[in-house]
Amino acid sequence: MTIKQVSVFLENKTGRINNVTKVLAENGINMNAFSMAETTEFGILRLIVSDVEKAVEALRGANFAVMLTDVICISCPDVAGSLAHILDKLAEQNIFIEYMYAFAQGENANIVIRPNDITKCEKVLEGIL
Amino acid sequence: MIWNPNKECMSRDEMHALQSKRLQKLVTYVYHNVPFYRNKMQAMDLSPEDIRSIDDIVKLPFTTKQDLRDNYPYGLQAAPASEIVRVHASSGTTGNPTIVGYTRKDLAVWSEVMARCLTAYGVTRDDTFSVAYGYGLFTGGLGAHYGVENLGATVIPTSTGNTEKHIRLIRDLKVSGIACTPSYALYLAETLDKLGLSKEDIGLRIGAFGAEPWTENMRKEIEERLGLKGYNIYGLSEIMGPGVSYECQEQNGSHICEDHFYPEIINPETLEQLPRGQQGELVFTTLTKEGMPLLRYRTKDLCTLMEGECPCGRTAVRMGRIVGRSDDMLIIRGINVFPSQVESVILTMPEFEPQYMLIVDRVNNLDTLQVQVEVRRDFFSDDIGRMLDMKKRLSDKLKSVLSISADVKLMEPNSIERSQGKGKHVIDNRKLN
Repeated sequence: MTIKQVSVFLENKTGRINNVTKVLAENGINMNAFSMAETTEFGILRLIVSDVEKAVEALRGANFAVMLTDVICISCPDVAGSLAHILDKLAEQNIFIEYMYAFAQGENANIVIRPNDITKCEKVLEGIL
Repeated sequence: MIWNPNKECMSRDEMHALQSKRLQKLVTYVYHNVPFYRNKMQAMDLSPEDIRSIDDIVKLPFTTKQDLRDNYPYGLQAAPASEIVRVHASSGTTGNPTIVGYTRKDLAVWSEVMARCLTAYGVTRDDTFSVAYGYGLFTGGLGAHYGVENLGATVIPTSTGNTEKHIRLIRDLKVSGIACTPSYALYLAETLDKLGLSKEDIGLRIGAFGAEPWTENMRKEIEERLGLKGYNIYGLSEIMGPGVSYECQEQNGSHICEDHFYPEIINPETLEQLPRGQQGELVFTTLTKEGMPLLRYRTKDLCTLMEGECPCGRTAVRMGRIVGRSDDMLIIRGINVFPSQVESVILTMPEFEPQYMLIVDRVNNLDTLQVQVEVRRDFFSDDIGRMLDMKKRLSDKLKSVLSISADVKLMEPNSIERSQGKGKHVIDNRKLN
């Protein structure tokens, strides 16, 4: 399913990620998943949180540059080959993945995907999951 | 050795008389050929006849870089276009560069004053001399080049770039003298180390260093590492280019070619002329220039003028080291950079807040410039490619305006300190004073 991911622009300097997690903690927002994309001098922190609107408001209030991005979050069995199967299907349909990250939780793994064509991607996934 | 003892060692009285005669002629010339000066003088109720000696110079109006820009490109030119044989240009604050046209006689004067400099440094006809200033619109390369030719030494027009090839030429062609920026001289020393060569492997004897501020400590280091004697050379394109003043063997202040460039020191606030020995802003009047003569041009360079006999025998007044600027201009790798230039570029890109900071440093003897800008919230993208593209577009624009490359650093909104009143936009970490 399509969900909103919170993206935060960060300069590469010590303590910046802490500042984000602190703001979220103070506002009682839980992080379900996150990933950090980085270049030599800045990074983009991508978060899946319990309360998107509250997170955006709190982070903007703390002067962060924040934006929402549509991503697809799917759950698949945490066994060998299940991700390969999904990615094969997406590739067959010419869906390009800009970035993705995953985390395993119990018997399942959650995968966050940012495809180039979100509607098409959703459709393909509906057929196989 | 002295190239032109008649002028360089003139008695003070003779110099005063010569300068007075030349100033009168100059004022008449600009009054009749440059509407800008005629209008200014008429507004001050001043006619050329009011200028009877060099001491009357205080009556004359000043000229600033802004005047040059406002009259871009040829508004301050006195000679007809048919007499102009060359043009040089330097970067300006925003938009218009500063254009300087030279007549054949101007170029002759330039190579004359350059020959004076080089002779004072000890260069002779038997030397082979490498000019490692940039050749082009910048006056450094061609200015020094024709001075070496005029003196009769062999000139190697190295220009900038390819240091290893340069070192090879220095060795193979037995180059004994070099003109470059002091930071390039240190870079040269470093490259020697890297190649496993020592100062004994190159036979450099003389260095003419200028186009950027440098210190006595840098001189000691360059002299030690390259095994040469390093001399200061001063100039600016608006007045002529390199050769306006030069150090002699004493290395104690730079003798000004006073018969061509009349120096004054003024208080930059009150614009009053200050007595010799006091520190203030250096002002030049081009006594003999035909192409673009300037009255009382404010260099914005802060220094002191020293009178008194020099053991070298020259009588010309000497200027001390440039100790600072009366404006916010930075000299980075020999190139003039104004924070306002950076600002004007940033303002053309909606992706950035009009907040910025220039961080200047010297790493391995080369000046570095970092430009920190804040990304506007609305333009932040989750796509790294787009962010990097934003950064590259700003770098490219800065490069085309500043003529040097700057390292752009994207910053978070509100991360650059807001100052009260006039923004402080520069952190210069170079230890130059």
